[in-house]
Amino acid sequence: MAIVKQSSDSILETIRMIDEECLDIRTVTMGISLLDCADADIDRSCEKVYAKITDKARNLVRTTQDISREYGIPIVNSRISVTPISLLVSVSGGDPVKYALTLDRAAKKVGVNFIGGFSALVQKGMTPGDEALIRAIPEALKKTELVCSSVNIGSTKAGINMDAVRLMGETVRKAAEETADNHCFGAAKLVVFCNAAEDNPFMAGAFHGISEPDCVINVGVSGPGVVREAVRKAGKNRTMDEIAEVIKKTAFKITRMGQLVGTAAAERLKVPFGIVDLSLAPTPAVGDSVARILEEIGLEQCGGPGTTACLAMLNDAVKKGGVMASSSVGGLSGAFIPVSEDAGMIEAAENGTLTIEKLEAMTAVCSVGLDMIIIPGDTTPETISAIIADEAAIGMINNKTTAVRVIPAIGMGPGDSLEFGGLLGYGPVMPVGKTSPKIMIERGGRIPSPIHSLKN
Amino acid sequence: MRAVISVVGRDRPGILAFAANECAVRNINIEDVTQKVLQDLFTMIMIVTIPDDPESFHNFAREIEAAGDAQGLKIHVMHEDIFNAMHTI
Repeated sequence: MAIVKQSSDSILETIRMIDEECLDIRTVTMGISLLDCADADIDRSCEKVYAKITDKARNLVRTTQDISREYGIPIVNSRISVTPISLLVSVSGGDPVKYALTLDRAAKKVGVNFIGGFSALVQKGMTPGDEALIRAIPEALKKTELVCSSVNIGSTKAGINMDAVRLMGETVRKAAEETADNHCFGAAKLVVFCNAAEDNPFMAGAFHGISEPDCVINVGVSGPGVVREAVRKAGKNRTMDEIAEVIKKTAFKITRMGQLVGTAAAERLKVPFGIVDLSLAPTPAVGDSVARILEEIGLEQCGGPGTTACLAMLNDAVKKGGVMASSSVGGLSGAFIPVSEDAGMIEAAENGTLTIEKLEAMTAVCSVGLDMIIIPGDTTPETISAIIADEAAIGMINNKTTAVRVIPAIGMGPGDSLEFGGLLGYGPVMPVGKTSPKIMIERGGRIPSPIHSLKN
Repeated sequence: MRAVISVVGRDRPGILAFAANECAVRNINIEDVTQKVLQDLFTMIMIVTIPDDPESFHNFAREIEAAGDAQGLKIHVMHEDIFNAMHTI
């Protein structure tokens, strides 16, 4: 048996991180392959999907609660990701919404709070199954509560599928319209990716990639508050490389906790452990903000000059600390910048310091993309498509994951704000450029993959 | 399993006795104790051995934390592995 050799200071540091600095395991996500559920008959296929999910994940929530209790670490969410449903639609045909309703029912049965994988991977082209699924997304998100959807429309290897980009602009807008009476919530459960990670445990973009095992446990850890506090304690007179070192050490500790919880959960559930995703994922809670870390490093407000440089350093230091702490770091791993989920970002967006254009620059150096950004209700589908294309271009050229999760606030404009509640928070409607990209988006086709994709 | 009990609260007579008694009445063995007082704040760390059965761990943790609350003390009971994981390479 290992012996506790820690000094009381280390023990109290851990307790303080959890109690006062919002350190938590953000999600334990069980990835479940549904490839063996595919059936030419859609109803039969849905039955198999329901049976497999409710069997594999039957003890998921109880196990995470037990672990949370034993180690004294809050585990905020238990979730499930599944094989992209477009693959099942390709076999069965029929109305993809049936799968969404099945996933919703299965998620409620096992007690998880989200299930991801109403997804399609169409970076190079769409099969009829992919297209049917994408067209069904707005209705699926309207009729379900817990289902999350994602579509990968580009990659460094394949380029950007501009036909899919055009379709996704329409889909995002429609998802918001269909749920206009519910804070346009449909669009908050829909992510458009470039270079999507197949083992990402975070919603709304989690799905279980086809190269993954039958069942796997992935863990997402968070802790912006812990990093901020460590930077604060380091003081104002430290150099940037010294601050990077402080962040690395903190990230190491956070990731070790994720690794411990992940391996414990995997062992108890008797499934392989996949990865730890070390992402600084903010919540609207006070002290749980990525923007505040950047401000602690020395910016008057997030979004002002210097933001991109601070974020680049933060993102890199987090990865470097995390890599050493875990046998397998994966997913998105880095800093998230979801506007409506981050108190500091909300404030910066409200007073105009943080704009969509600045956020776009920030996504070039952090782990995801334009996330949880509320845009005016009159934003056209082609403008949304163009935002998606811009973001995908950053991901494609820089060999990284980028994503777009924008929420058109139907019937609202700049000056208004939209409230989702819970972890998704609230935010002001941010202005979007008014010039039209219509002709460019209507061209369709593909943006070819960049020269540096040819590595062989 | 080994667990770490941490007790934090305003310093006054009887805190150590209180925590030790909570362990003793449940037949839980205390292996190590460190404590210090910073200004008025008393902090104590106890290393204890608790039966492996998760149910009794959960009950013990819930009861002692609630008992601490009633005394104005913040008590945490956590598996030792969390500290070993976070603070050693």
